Amino acid sequence: MQLKLAVLKMSLHKRIIPCLDVDNGRVVKGINFVNIVDAGDPVEVAKRYDDEGADEIAFLDITATHQGRKTIIDIVEKVASEVFIPLTVGGGVSDYDDVLNLLSAGADKVAINSASVLNPDLINKVTDKIGRQCIVAAIDVKQNDKKTWNVFTHGGRKSTQLDAVEWAKEINQRGAGEILLTSMDRDGTRKGFDLDLLQTISNEVSIPVIASGGAGKLEHLKDAILHGKADAVLAASIFHYSIYSIKDVKDYLKSNGVLVRI
Amino acid sequence: MADIVIIDYGMGNVHSVFKALDKIADKRSHVKISNSLEEIKKSSHIVFPGQGAASECMLNISRYLDVTEFKKIINKKPFLGICMGLQVLMTASEENNGADCLDIIDGRVCSFENRIQDNYKIPHMGWSEVMQTREHPIWNNIPDKSFFYFVHSYFVDINEQDNILSKTSYGLEFTSSLFKNNIVAVQFHPEKSSSNGLRLLENFIKWDGQI
Repeated sequence: MQLKLAVLKMSLHKRIIPCLDVDNGRVVKGINFVNIVDAGDPVEVAKRYDDEGADEIAFLDITATHQGRKTIIDIVEKVASEVFIPLTVGGGVSDYDDVLNLLSAGADKVAINSASVLNPDLINKVTDKIGRQCIVAAIDVKQNDKKTWNVFTHGGRKSTQLDAVEWAKEINQRGAGEILLTSMDRDGTRKGFDLDLLQTISNEVSIPVIASGGAGKLEHLKDAILHGKADAVLAASIFHYSIYSIKDVKDYLKSNGVLVRI
Repeated sequence: MADIVIIDYGMGNVHSVFKALDKIADKRSHVKISNSLEEIKKSSHIVFPGQGAASECMLNISRYLDVTEFKKIINKKPFLGICMGLQVLMTASEENNGADCLDIIDGRVCSFENRIQDNYKIPHMGWSEVMQTREHPIWNNIPDKSFFYFVHSYFVDINEQDNILSKTSYGLEFTSSLFKNNIVAVQFHPEKSSSNGLRLLENFIKWDGQI
């Protein structure tokens, strides 16, 4: 029975999601949330990823200023007019209106991070009104001395008392459609995903978990899926700097027995 | 050359569909978002998207459009239903304790819940293979078993097997697209299915409604 279930679970295709960090209208990539460098025009980069076979594209707005926030709506509009695969947009989403504005600009899913910690009812409100498929709960976590994980907000700058596992269960309950789980310890390091973290959370929730933070080699992505039980893998720098193409990743995963869309 | 109307009846985001059609339509074609019966009558092609619950969808159709008139128009020119725009063509839905639908195609809307194993998450959200079960102009240049993007918690079960255009497997095998005369309807989202999706939309706007 155990084996049969495992086989059935494998029959769902795993998704590869390139992530574009956007600051004032440009794609950038930092290491451990700092040291930002420019990596191109969002529309051009998104088009390239679509051509290479990305299953979705994620945009994370890391602009700190209010004025800059308006540019992300503009970017989503432009990308949605040129790229026809699902788009997830997050970063600084603070209330219901922000969610609606991003969805009408062309986002298919909106990632909510700090706002869901400050006001968890926001998740219920959006999913009740628009449906759970459009809400991605983004959780940034860091391991503590007790070898468990704490939730951080505000782009990793503020720590909370929340335990990552308990928090993941709660937002699952509240109606989030998926969880985007970022290990801050691994983000930008290219040393591999935190597999313990991934597996622990995947086992506790019924919604898909997207692994993020630490992709550097092809086997890291395979491990996140096969050992971490992730339903999707998100990566930024390995794609931006053409260390691997999306196709390289998918060919590799396929040859290692992971079902992917090719 | 086509005059395409996307019907906006307050059931979800029509802009993605607009952007995709606008991208593929040739220069002499026009793409419009509207809910006016006059505009719909004047158009050459109708696209009918939608998300959400069947009962609310029916309510909104009757709020924005004259249902009897609308049903007459549906039967006249190339018509493409997408997602809820497919489901609402059925006789009835088991959603909300059995809501009546438009009854254009003999079939019903069924929930995945309690019909598939627990490890299949609901909604069915993601890329799945579409197995073409018969030829149709909308499949031009689209290989069998191509991937399309799905987001849905309900599927349709139709009585006339000859009307099925494709099947897809997600815990069970369901009808992922169908046709009847001038009507085609798809459960997946061509506007989010990359090049295959755009090709399907292009095939639709080139179609004259004849089989």
